[in-house]
Amino acid sequence: MEGAAVLGRLSWQRATVVGLREETATARTLTLEVDGWSGHRPGQHVDVRLTAPDGYTAVRPYSIATPVNGSRIDVTVALVEDGEVSSYLVSGTEVGTEMEVRGPLGGWFVWNRDDPVPVQLIGGGVGVAPLMAMLREHGGVAERHPMRLLYSTRSPETLLYATELASRTQNPVPASAVTIMYTRNAPDTAARPAGRLTGSDIAAYGLPPTPRTRCYVCGPTGFVEAAVELLLKAGLATDNIRTERFGP
Amino acid sequence: MATFSSRFTSRRKRGAEAADLPPGQYVTSGFPVLSAGPTPQVPLDVWRLEVGGEQGVVQSWTWDEFRGLDAEKVTVDVHCVTRWSKFGTTWTGVPVEALLTDVELDGDFVVASSYGGYTTNLPLEDLLDGKAWVAFEYEGEPLDPEHGGPARLLVPHLYFWKSAKWLRGLRLQDEDEPGFWEQLGYHEYGDPWREQRYWGD
Amino acid sequence: MEAALTYLDGNAAAGPLGDILGFDITTTVGRCAGCRSAMLMAQCRVYSVGPGLVLRCASCDCVLLRLVVAQDRAWLDMTGLTCLQIDRTEPG
Repeated sequence: MEGAAVLGRLSWQRATVVGLREETATARTLTLEVDGWSGHRPGQHVDVRLTAPDGYTAVRPYSIATPVNGSRIDVTVALVEDGEVSSYLVSGTEVGTEMEVRGPLGGWFVWNRDDPVPVQLIGGGVGVAPLMAMLREHGGVAERHPMRLLYSTRSPETLLYATELASRTQNPVPASAVTIMYTRNAPDTAARPAGRLTGSDIAAYGLPPTPRTRCYVCGPTGFVEAAVELLLKAGLATDNIRTERFGP
Repeated sequence: MATFSSRFTSRRKRGAEAADLPPGQYVTSGFPVLSAGPTPQVPLDVWRLEVGGEQGVVQSWTWDEFRGLDAEKVTVDVHCVTRWSKFGTTWTGVPVEALLTDVELDGDFVVASSYGGYTTNLPLEDLLDGKAWVAFEYEGEPLDPEHGGPARLLVPHLYFWKSAKWLRGLRLQDEDEPGFWEQLGYHEYGDPWREQRYWGD
Repeated sequence: MEAALTYLDGNAAAGPLGDILGFDITTTVGRCAGCRSAMLMAQCRVYSVGPGLVLRCASCDCVLLRLVVAQDRAWLDMTGLTCLQIDRTEPG
């Protein structure tokens, strides 16, 4: 396809909620059916636009948490304090709710299935969402280069994708392992006591750093900054670290 | 035609205050922080406020000198071009005309410049006669860097992008010179009551 | 003077800029008019909570690009960029 990276005018596409899952008391995953969805790559995001009856509009970006699945995409929304869009998406949507999306967006914070590099994923809070798309796409296929996820969250009450991650940690697959780090309250079964992400965590649960290891780090800005510093200290190359900051 | 999301309403309310609300605005209880760049952190021993014109800087104040000037407490409504309005905000500041008493007022326009590089432009008369202050306190507390501290310009009768944060200087000139946002589509004057958001409005 | 961490990555600009420019800003390489360094625009600093979008150089903090979008018009200033290299490869 000639000039595939040239998008042409990005237009708003109608999206309908066809499924919802309460991840936690303050986060929800919406499955959207998007008219004319052209597909996407793990790591990309969409802009979601809501239009109120009086014409007021609000736009926010959300990462796609699932690999390509026809015209369906999952977005996971966490409640933001005083957030007019997140409060609507988390509490006010139901099956059948309509909104608009623009995308897929972003060609750099992307993992392609055949990228011949080991991949280290580090996610903080809802920053784990685009990393889940990568993890799910990877599928734990042994022939693929290894992928590892370090997911930092406050407590079991804030853990997203709990059921799926429980299954992944109970039935670990060497090619794509997941470790959850709790920062405030850790259950007894946790990998280690509660605390922020440290260099020891990366050494113990991350992939051994090699010149080709590629890292994807996503989460609140402060988390991303701290994680990047740890990765650099662990010997990962700056050029191999891709970040997506979600804001404070 | 846009797809309407049923039951989505803005947090921001039009309401009983509608009479005091400029067109297209919504009332907010929060105080959004909007920035075009990193928040400058200006140590008070380094801070200076300069006033001047075509001939250069005419007068400058250190922080202590500035705080030695008579200040007043004012309660005003502020209106941001991004559509939020906040009623009854309280500030403490020095009226701008007090800073211009020793300056020859030989220009019709002013460029306000900030630490960090931001600029905005206004007619001189919009800074006089009790219409503008250099504010250093918000709600009785020292102004937070996030909100423009140590000191910011406060010009409540115009859209809030004219109230330059991290104020560093006021420069009088004969010609109106578009500032940071005025170069990029925002209205040269910015009267919220005439909804002058963009060029040609 | 230390800067507070209030910026996002180039990803945050992908939607608004993709809409206006018709290509993906995140895979675009730009050369800063201030310090002349070339960088992947995905790695520049995006300030997007304000009257418009501002992209700054991660090395020297110079304004690379500014975008304001209104209902019926948009304004784009790219004088902070001397050159853009736009990726034309197929997505892998």
